[in-house]
Formats: sequence, C-alpha cells, structure tokens
Amino acid sequence: MLSDLGLTLRRPRFRRSRRGVAGVVIILCVFLGALGADALAPDGPYTPHLLERRHGLSLRHPFGQDELGRDNLNRVLHGARLSLGVGVGAAALALIAGASLGMAAGMVGGWLDSLIVGLADMVLAFPTLLLALVLMMLLGRGLVSATVAVSFAAMPAFVRLARIGVIRARQQEHVLAARAVGVPPGRLILRHILPDILPPLIVQAMLCIGTAILEVAGLSFLGLAAQPPAPEWGAMITQGRGAVFAAPHILLFPGLAIMLAVLGFNLLGDGLRDVLDPRADL
Amino acid sequence: MIRYLLRRLALLPLTLLVLSLATFVLLRLIPGDPAQVMLGEHATAAQVAQFRASHGLDAPLPIQYVRYLADLARGDWGRAIVTDRPVLAEIGQRLPATVELAAAAMLIACALGIPAGVLAARRRHSGADRLASAVSLVGVAVPLFWIGLLLSYLFGYALGWLPPSGRLAVGSDLGRITGLHLADAILIGNSAAFADALRHLALPAFVLSTAPLAVITRMTRATLLEMLAQDHVRTARAKGLPERVVLLGHGLRNAAPAVATAIGLQWGGLLSGAILVETIFAWPGMGQLVAERVLGRDYPAVQGIVLVTAGMIMAVNLVTDLICATLDPRIRYA
Repeated sequence: MLSDLGLTLRRPRFRRSRRGVAGVVIILCVFLGALGADALAPDGPYTPHLLERRHGLSLRHPFGQDELGRDNLNRVLHGARLSLGVGVGAAALALIAGASLGMAAGMVGGWLDSLIVGLADMVLAFPTLLLALVLMMLLGRGLVSATVAVSFAAMPAFVRLARIGVIRARQQEHVLAARAVGVPPGRLILRHILPDILPPLIVQAMLCIGTAILEVAGLSFLGLAAQPPAPEWGAMITQGRGAVFAAPHILLFPGLAIMLAVLGFNLLGDGLRDVLDPRADL
Repeated sequence: MIRYLLRRLALLPLTLLVLSLATFVLLRLIPGDPAQVMLGEHATAAQVAQFRASHGLDAPLPIQYVRYLADLARGDWGRAIVTDRPVLAEIGQRLPATVELAAAAMLIACALGIPAGVLAARRRHSGADRLASAVSLVGVAVPLFWIGLLLSYLFGYALGWLPPSGRLAVGSDLGRITGLHLADAILIGNSAAFADALRHLALPAFVLSTAPLAVITRMTRATLLEMLAQDHVRTARAKGLPERVVLLGHGLRNAAPAVATAIGLQWGGLLSGAILVETIFAWPGMGQLVAERVLGRDYPAVQGIVLVTAGMIMAVNLVTDLICATLDPRIRYA
C-alpha cells in the first residue's frame, strides 16, 4: 500500500501537478520541523524565562516568547508533533473503521447495507464539531479522546467511498475470475478488491488529515482537547488570546502553523486526485 | 412536485424516531450512573436513589424510551443542570441568534462565491481565476477561531470600525418579536437599532462565511467548466448567442442543481463553525451555549441542542432537495 503511494508520487503526472508537489514540500517542511524541534530551537517547550515574558522577536527567539517567557518557535515546532500525530491518527482510524464498514455493507448487502448507509448518512449530515463535542463529553477531555471523536465524525465519507467501490469492483472480470477459481472471501477482499478501491480512499484520507488537525485545534481552543502546558497549536492560541495587543506574536505563529499544515495535506490530496482519479475535479 | 414533496415528508417521522433513539442512547452511554452524573460527585446514596425513582430511571429501558418520547412530544425537554431552567426555553432564547448569524454568513458566501466562481470559470487560467483558487484553498485551511480573533482585535479594537462582540450596543434593548434582531428592528421601524444590529453582525458573519465561501466558489467554477465543455454550449456559441446568455442561460442554469446541493451541504459546517465564532464574538446563540454546557457536562441541555440542530439540518436538507427538484425536473421522477 505504502509502496503504491510512493510509486504514485514518482509518476510524471503527479510531478506535473503543481498543487501536489507544493503539498509534499509543505508537509516535508512540517515533518522536518517536528523532528528537529530541539535542534532548530534549543530552548525546551516548557522552559520558562519569567523575566522575559511576552518578549517580541529576537535572534535567540525568532518567534518571540510567550506568557511565561517560553520560546515560541520551540513550542510551535513541538506542536507540529502533536498535530501531525493527531491528524494522521484520526485519519488512519477513520479510514480503517470507515472502509471496513463500507466494504462490509457493499459485500453483504441487504439489511446490513441499509443500516450502515442510513447511520453514515445521519452522521454525515450532522455538524462535525457538535458531534465531536458530544463524544468528548462521553469520552472525557484530552488529545486521545479528541482524536477518536474527530475520526468518528470523519468516518461516513470513507464508508460511502468503500461501499461504492466494492459494489463496482464485485462486477469486474478479474474479481469474478478470482471468485470462480475459489479464492477465499478474506483473500478476495484483501488482494483483489481492496487495491481497486484504495485510490479514492487515500485521497479522502489526506483531506481528512487536514480537517482533523483543524477540528482538534478547535476543540483545544474550547478547552477540551490538549490541556496546558501542552504546546498544542489550538491551546497556544487560547493562551495568546489575553495578550493580542501586547504580544500578537504569541497567537500569530500557531495559527499560521495550523494553516500551513492543513494547506499542505489539502494540496497533496488534490494532487493525488489529479493522478488517481482525473475526472473527479476539474 | 406535490407528490415528490409528500414522498419526502413521509420519511421525516422515521428519521425523527431514529434521532430520538440516538439521543436517548446517548444519555445512557454516559460512563457510570446517569443519576450520579446529573446530581454531581457530592450527592449522597439516598439522593441518588430518590433521583432514580423520581426520574423513572429504575424502569426497564424500553419503557424509559417511550416515556422519553412522550416527554419530548409534550415539550418537556428536561431541566438544564447548570441553570435549573427548562431546556426548551433556554434553547428557544438562543436559537434566533444562531439562525440570524448562519443565514447572514450563508448570504455572504453565496453573494461572493457564486460570482467569483463564474468569473473564474469564464476567464480560466487568468489572474482572477488564480486568485479565486488561492482564496478557496486558504479559506478551508485557515482556523476560524484564529482569523476571528485577529479580525475582532483589528476591526474591533485597533481600528475601532466595528463592535468586537455582542449582538447590540450595551444597554440597548430591542424587545422581542421574532428574536432575529434585524427583523425585529424593521418590524418596530427602528432604523438606528437596525444599523446597530447590522454592525454587530458584520464581523462574525464574515468570519463564519470563509469556509462555505471557499467551497461554493470552487464548486461553482468546477461545475460551470464542466457544463461549458458540453456540446449544447458549443452550439449556442455557434449560432451567435451573446456570451452572457451562453454563460448564464446555458452554463450556470445547468450547473445550478449541483451548486444548490453544495450550498445545502454547507449548513452542517456552518453550524460547526458557529460554535467557535459565537464563542469568540460573545454571540449569545446555540453554539456558545453548547460549548459552555459541554464543559459543564450539562447532559439534558446538550441533548436538547443536538435534537434542535438535527431538526434544522433536516429542514435545510428538505428545502435543498425541493430547490434541486425545481431546478432539475429529472430529480422529481427519479
């Protein structure tokens, strides 16, 4: 699967897609920033400098210092680790759970199909953030519950894509042939159907990473996901709220970081769609 | 058309039933004993037992569900834990503010997004097209709460052009006819209050419109390009129809059902965004209410908000489907 994705990225079509390439470059930058956080900004994310509260941009602190004099650049870079983890985690969860349900609906059909499709449509129509809030109330606060809540709200799109894919793939010659020679159902799904229906699911997963990063940041902003002193971007914006006049940099950079990361994954999703499914979007 | 409408309406009771079941289950999913949760950590065992008996929590689940349905139908939606006021009254007080905000945001998004999409499709690969694409890319990537905070400080405090929060100037009171301030101001003929309400609405509505604006622009452009590539458009051009007629009469007319569907799908996102925007701008609507009450674990209030929101979404979906059926007769007979 991953090697397929790697091959796709090397195809000339993808390299001609300027959006896709821009997305990859942005995501690589965010990843490198997350990995090299402590090398790029040697001051730890929790180290306070109480005499340098809200200090502006300087050579030692290129993004300035926050409410407690902590290095803003280091915190933003550490925030990338949290947001990437949350985004990729939520997308992976939604992809696996949603695709399994969708494939089950498409394979089995009948009342199971109606049930799964009906539930998915109901969730799909609902405001995602409200759904996530309600789930957070049941699961409790924290980044992990936020990830689960957001992934649940993102599942219906995967259910629909997987279901439609399976219904189409079942009729294809190579699948009928595999079935005729007696390939067992599990192997049939994994080796003959899944590769067929994967491309749109991967595109959706990329877009889902961006949405999940935004939504978890929103939940943190409301005080439900990451809790202080975690260097999470949404939580940092909440903290910077009190000092917008005195120190706008505290809230400026985490917001830019969210925008950049989300933009990266959306562009990558667009680029992949251009290659994998050229008719989907003009 | 009437038959289509009836067919759609026939499905409503079923959806409502499923929905009420979902909210009922929701309350039973709370980890631990609902009575204990409702009363708080400090309740004694005797208080919990009494609460269970008085709220019918000791009855079998199916019976509890039937009672719950009956209560809902009678307008008894329970009492909010945080304020000890009836949930339905609390929501009723907040609902118009959210409706006004969401409708204004959608109006802005359509008024800017559809022309922008048409312009971008007409001058493909031009500077305007690139700008529209860039704006729609950034529009879905920018965190609402962040841009909202920045703009509220910029226009509200630094420049002082618009009020940074609230629905009306402090101390003024419009009374209440519909609860929609703009409508109420017109009804009582108070133009100063109308201007004041409009000034308060401008910033939050604009912030909330960013994401739907981006999607509507993109969708209009994409669908219109697809339509303009079709044979009947070439024929229309070949027979010398003015470009304006081709673009609007043949292109946009046929793109309309898809664009209307995309607009209908934006309401869910709009109500999501309203939770954040209302929190930032101290806009006393349902979004602000639910953010507060989730933090306070006010289950009856959240349950009520979920029901009302779902009802709104269902109504919007119905209206969208009717608009699409009007725009495209094929849908009616499908």
